[in-house]
Amino acid sequence: MTPYNPFNRNFGSGTRTKAVRPDMKWHELTRAGNIYEPGNANTYETGDWRSIRPVWNKERCIHCLFCWRYCPDASVIAKDGKFETFDYKHCKGCGICAKVCPVNAIDMVPEDEIEKVKEANKDEN
Amino acid sequence: MKTKVALTGNEAVAQAMKQINPDVVAAYPITPQTEIVQIFSSFVANGEVDTEFVAVESEHSAMSAAIGAAAGGARAMTATSSQGLALMFEVVYIAASLRLPIVFPVVNRALSGPINIHCDHSDAMGLRDSGVIQLFSENAQEAYDNMIQAVRIAEHPDVRLPVMVNMDGFITSHAMDVLEVIDDETVKNFVGTYVPEDYLLDAQNPISMGNFDMYDFYFEHKRQQVEAMKAAKEVIKEVGKEFAKISGREYGLIESYKLDDADVALVVLNSAAGTAKGVADELRAKGIKAGVLKPRVYRPFPQEEIREALKGVKAVAVLDRAETFSTCGGPMFADIRNTLYDLKNDIKVVNYIYGLGGRDLRLEHVQQVFEDLENIRKTGRVDETVKYLGLRE
Amino acid sequence: MATLKELSKVEERFVGGHRLCAGCGHGITVRMILNAAEGSNVVVGCATGCLEVASTIYPYTAWKCSFIHNAFENAGATISGVEAAYKALKKKGKVNGDFKFIAFGGDGGTYDIGLQSLSGAMERGHNIVYVCLDNEAYMNTGIQRSSATPTGADTTTSPAGKVIPGKQQPRKDLTAIMAAHNIPYVAQTAINNWQDVHKKAKKALEVEGPAFINVLSPCPRGWRYNTPDIVEITKLAVETRFWPLFEVENGKWKLNYKPKKYVPIEEFLKPQGRFRHLFKPGNEHLIKAIQEEVDSRWLALLERCGETPELPPR
Ligand SMILES: Cc1ncc(C[n+]2csc(CCOP(=O)(O)OP(=O)(O)O)c2C)c(N)n1
Ligand code: SF4
Ligand code: SF4
Ligand code: SF4
Ligand SMILES: [Mg+2]
Repeated sequence: MTPYNPFNRNFGSGTRTKAVRPDMKWHELTRAGNIYEPGNANTYETGDWRSIRPVWNKERCIHCLFCWRYCPDASVIAKDGKFETFDYKHCKGCGICAKVCPVNAIDMVPEDEIEKVKEANKDEN
Repeated sequence: MKTKVALTGNEAVAQAMKQINPDVVAAYPITPQTEIVQIFSSFVANGEVDTEFVAVESEHSAMSAAIGAAAGGARAMTATSSQGLALMFEVVYIAASLRLPIVFPVVNRALSGPINIHCDHSDAMGLRDSGVIQLFSENAQEAYDNMIQAVRIAEHPDVRLPVMVNMDGFITSHAMDVLEVIDDETVKNFVGTYVPEDYLLDAQNPISMGNFDMYDFYFEHKRQQVEAMKAAKEVIKEVGKEFAKISGREYGLIESYKLDDADVALVVLNSAAGTAKGVADELRAKGIKAGVLKPRVYRPFPQEEIREALKGVKAVAVLDRAETFSTCGGPMFADIRNTLYDLKNDIKVVNYIYGLGGRDLRLEHVQQVFEDLENIRKTGRVDETVKYLGLRE
Repeated sequence: MATLKELSKVEERFVGGHRLCAGCGHGITVRMILNAAEGSNVVVGCATGCLEVASTIYPYTAWKCSFIHNAFENAGATISGVEAAYKALKKKGKVNGDFKFIAFGGDGGTYDIGLQSLSGAMERGHNIVYVCLDNEAYMNTGIQRSSATPTGADTTTSPAGKVIPGKQQPRKDLTAIMAAHNIPYVAQTAINNWQDVHKKAKKALEVEGPAFINVLSPCPRGWRYNTPDIVEITKLAVETRFWPLFEVENGKWKLNYKPKKYVPIEEFLKPQGRFRHLFKPGNEHLIKAIQEEVDSRWLALLERCGETPELPPR
């Protein structure tokens, strides 16, 4: 008989937290379900929710950071007060950043097109 | 140093709270608990305690604020009765699941409806499955002693659970009694300072509490609570022994009264145990081997101790001051019968529901129960398993 | 007023990896509020609702500050308990550092089931900030009406049916109710105006005593607008005067933004699926009634704020 496995739900594609793994027994888990690693949700990847992805156009960007301000998923990474990159591990592809960008420096590109481009590039190599 | 004083149960509990000097008390008035809140408020107003008193707008908020305070790392308390406890129901479970050592006296009163202000145990029994530790007190002395021990039990690292300290509404809460109080310094040293492990107000180590637990972890966390309850049994006994050193009064999980050679026994909580013991004495004088078992701890349920205490008895009557409406008897009856089942020695166990809504339990009632038990013992026959005491029928 | 350049350097305390829907307003609002709390230790209390279930799915937390969820209706009481603990322990020298206390509740957890607990906490004067994330319905349980749901909205418990066209009652004016508590700071804001949110969050955090902020925090799923348009839709709520931006500081009412033009309420309603039925022929009177409600509330607000109660020409 295969052992009963209650972990039939998506645990996310990210790495598990060090403290807690889904196969732990009751006495190994943190007491009361407390979580001791602040912000460890960033090890849980929500990037695979996305069907379209924001693509940054460096030339057009004026670094106003509206995109940073309005991203619900903290997936616009700013550095030294300037746009740096997207966090594609967490970006859900909502399209808000592209919409608030005053200079249209963000394009929303379907993920399957990105895949096609990747495939094409692979063929060339 | 010990001093004999005359206090009501409520005053005794308030006195214990003053000596414990908790960081936060959040409470709301309700008869018959009201005096506790009032007296404690005056301690706060007169600077006799260091407590932050949160005069909440409901009992739901009382327990919610106590949860917030305890999660913050404070020693937190509340107090209530009846409807107040019912209103708290939801959050009492949460306090237990968050493993917060909140101590809270409950002055037992019947639940509405119809509305009634007098004693029974329907309030406490409604929360017997909530995961809190439940201590019961026969009189003001025990209520006072239980409060002080409750702090140590609740905060023990193997336990970390809320403790509900019960005493009978009016009968204990409002009756003047002579008891021995311990001096402030001794109590202070006994309860010690609370050292929280998981708490919010740690700037270096932020923590998330009360998280969303799905089917992949919830079950395990519930199992942890069971373990804490198991550990509580040992801890309660240890604390009881230590308490004896400062008070001369030792407490265990149960009190066995003349059970060693008893043929017939009565099991009863809180103040009615006093009446029962008196009747047992009378019967003993007449040659009837009567005894009384008073569980001091109802949750966790002291199954082994009770089994051991009752194993030689022929017939047992469980007195319940609450209905379950299962039509099969009261809550404690089910527990006791279950406990004796494994002995396989055919102890007859019957149930009496008594005292609902403050109906008096008279000596005659208890005498009647023992008489019934004697008949059962002699004939080996039980006519009726569940009966009512003092009901007009 | 700090610039986004500066604010973007503040440590992020609500991180990616939470499970709110793509484009959820709550993610934006919470990030703005915590960003304004820069530099302080914070304890967040949270009512049951989308934010809580999406941000602390064991063993993951999106919060980089201390966080407590207790139940649905008691965020006010819970955070006041934490604050009381802080006061007590601070006196005894048992807490290092200073802390701020912020509670988040949805409109359900704030306007409805948690109103009593919130009212009690505010009346008692705890030094806390309560932020209502108003998305105008119980989204977490599947878009049921709340007392914040606007007249006419189609929700799963005020469905637009053959006889009854959506919610029949006007919204409760929670912000005014909180102002009636005579607490030091009460404000209403919306995420389209991030400066307004930021300023109000700062004030609320700085003021000694209780503060309340009501933030319009749209839910693309419940409102059924095009997800990327969140700022636009919120802006329309403000421009149509459906959701005015104002504050009440120590009892003094102040309008923070006055739309220049008269923008009819249709502009706000039209892009949203929850109001679609109102645009069926024969339902013009329903929209007219909503407009009247908005206008009369706006005039009353102007009066409270000491402004001339008049509408710009249509
Ligand atoms: C006492 C209680 N009643 C009902 C619920 C179910 N419930 C959970 S969240 C929720 C609605 C939340 O709505 P709101 O507060 O507006 O937050 P939102 O999800 O919309 O952000 C309801 C009804 C509950 N958890 N507890
Ligand atoms: S909103 Fe556009 S211009 Fe502004 S920082 Fe983002 S990408 Fe650059
Ligand atoms: S698409 Fe949405 S989630 Fe992704 S970066 Fe833009 S705003 Fe953030
Ligand atoms: S249902 Fe609405 S409020 Fe809830 S997470 Fe999704 S978008 Fe946000
Ligand atoms: Mg809502």
